[in-house]
Amino acid sequence: MNLTPLQTAMLDGAHGRAAQKSMQILAALGKIYGAEELIPVTSVQIAGVSYANLGEAGLAFLSDMADGGGKTRVLTTLNPAGMDIENWQALGISPEFARDQTRVIEAFSRMGVVATCSCTPYLVGNVPLYGQHIAWSESSAVCFANSVLGARTNREGGPSALASALTGFSPAYGLHLDEQRVPRLHFHVEAPLSGTFQFGALGKVIGEIIEKRATRPVPYLTGIPQASLEELKSFCASIATYGGAGLFHIQGVTPEASLFAVPAESITISSQQIHQAIEHLSNAADEPDFISLGCPHLSIDEIAHLAQLLVGRQVRKEFWITTARPIKQMADRMGYTRIIEQAGAKFAADTCCVVAPIQGRFKTLLTDSAKACYYARGKNKFNTLYRSFEEVVNEATR
Amino acid sequence: MNLTGRTISNGQAQGSALVSQMGISFFGGVDPETGLVTETGHDLYGQSIAGKVLVFPTGKGSTVGSYTLYRLKANGLAPCAILNRECETITAVGCIISDIPCVDLLAIDQIQTGMQVAVNADEGIVTITQSPCLQETT
Repeated sequence: MNLTPLQTAMLDGAHGRAAQKSMQILAALGKIYGAEELIPVTSVQIAGVSYANLGEAGLAFLSDMADGGGKTRVLTTLNPAGMDIENWQALGISPEFARDQTRVIEAFSRMGVVATCSCTPYLVGNVPLYGQHIAWSESSAVCFANSVLGARTNREGGPSALASALTGFSPAYGLHLDEQRVPRLHFHVEAPLSGTFQFGALGKVIGEIIEKRATRPVPYLTGIPQASLEELKSFCASIATYGGAGLFHIQGVTPEASLFAVPAESITISSQQIHQAIEHLSNAADEPDFISLGCPHLSIDEIAHLAQLLVGRQVRKEFWITTARPIKQMADRMGYTRIIEQAGAKFAADTCCVVAPIQGRFKTLLTDSAKACYYARGKNKFNTLYRSFEEVVNEATR
Repeated sequence: MNLTGRTISNGQAQGSALVSQMGISFFGGVDPETGLVTETGHDLYGQSIAGKVLVFPTGKGSTVGSYTLYRLKANGLAPCAILNRECETITAVGCIISDIPCVDLLAIDQIQTGMQVAVNADEGIVTITQSPCLQETT
């Protein structure tokens, strides 16, 4: 691989231990995946923030990088933490966990990482532009950045994203390259779709089809005349979770779709397949004891809608609304927070039901998120009930 | 006998080989507090990877596995070197952040459990210095 003088100097340790370690990581990945060079990136999103996933080892590594002089060279934001940074007590988080989680946030902050603690960086000021090279982890945000914004990133892991943040580079392979962004499999969506819940189901159907193919082809969708930001956010989270997808194109909706012809191999997605996926996402016979909206984090528009639905109603169960802190602050200003909290639901900013340490605390999750269902079952051993946004609110207040 | 491969993570080490025919998921598949393989159904199930030249085709699973290797190293339970047929992100990053020598693109079917192996990851050279039978008789 060809390195520039700056990159070589970093590799030789002239820019400190953290930059050297970072450059070693990027050079090794470049070698493994056949990159010819390391290219500059304009934005980084780092996953692997919850202490529940990092553990003491992950924290030790992050502290070591901060001690080793690690400083971000480009705008870098952070994935959700394991708790609401300001309001963890109300969510039943232990003081020990809160202390360790705070140490993680501090290590990142020392390196200049902006502690947004959100899986939707594109809603809180980290918005890459069309054609820009970036290094993002968080699979749902990767999919959104590539597909909806037209930026270019591979599906990075936490350490490789940090390495890009501390050097400003990423190896040029995979989705950074034109030829890897060409769609190879056509999906004609016959089913009419609306809402985060139906788009989540579509992500599961298509994700499971591409996951079975060794080449994991980039999907090209037709038959979807329009989709909202929230619907695309839900679809991204689901197709990334169930299919490992980093990029898709939707004719007439996403910006790169018009660059390509419709792929020859075609699969039709029927309403029946969508309904089947919806059925499979529920496996609980019992009542939910935990309800969550906000995977990925809710937009201000979704919170406004939620507040409207909750006016004058009372929530009967543990109900978490997960979103980014700046979005929550807008909700405070608009009076949405007051309505939602008076109804008995709880805001859990900075975190989500996937990364919070809630294993063993609940039995059955009710949600509108296909991604949340996957992790609730696999990681937390919960049963799941999958419903539309409005039905979730109805069941919560019944 | 010498095998030549590609340097993934620099360093040199020497130890007894522990060979798996299966992928290894460090996160959830290896206990960082004991160094034992805990994945049920794995061909190394119940064995310790501590201090071994760990040989397996390729890594798998969550990217948090890189940190598991770091934690194994901190606990003194990491393999002394890792040899792969084809390395991937999780193992590569784990080895680099933990200073574990790693070489891939190797004919790992030449190595059997118990053989003494010297790894010069800087040069990408793996030397099998002693067969398992010889080891038993000496």
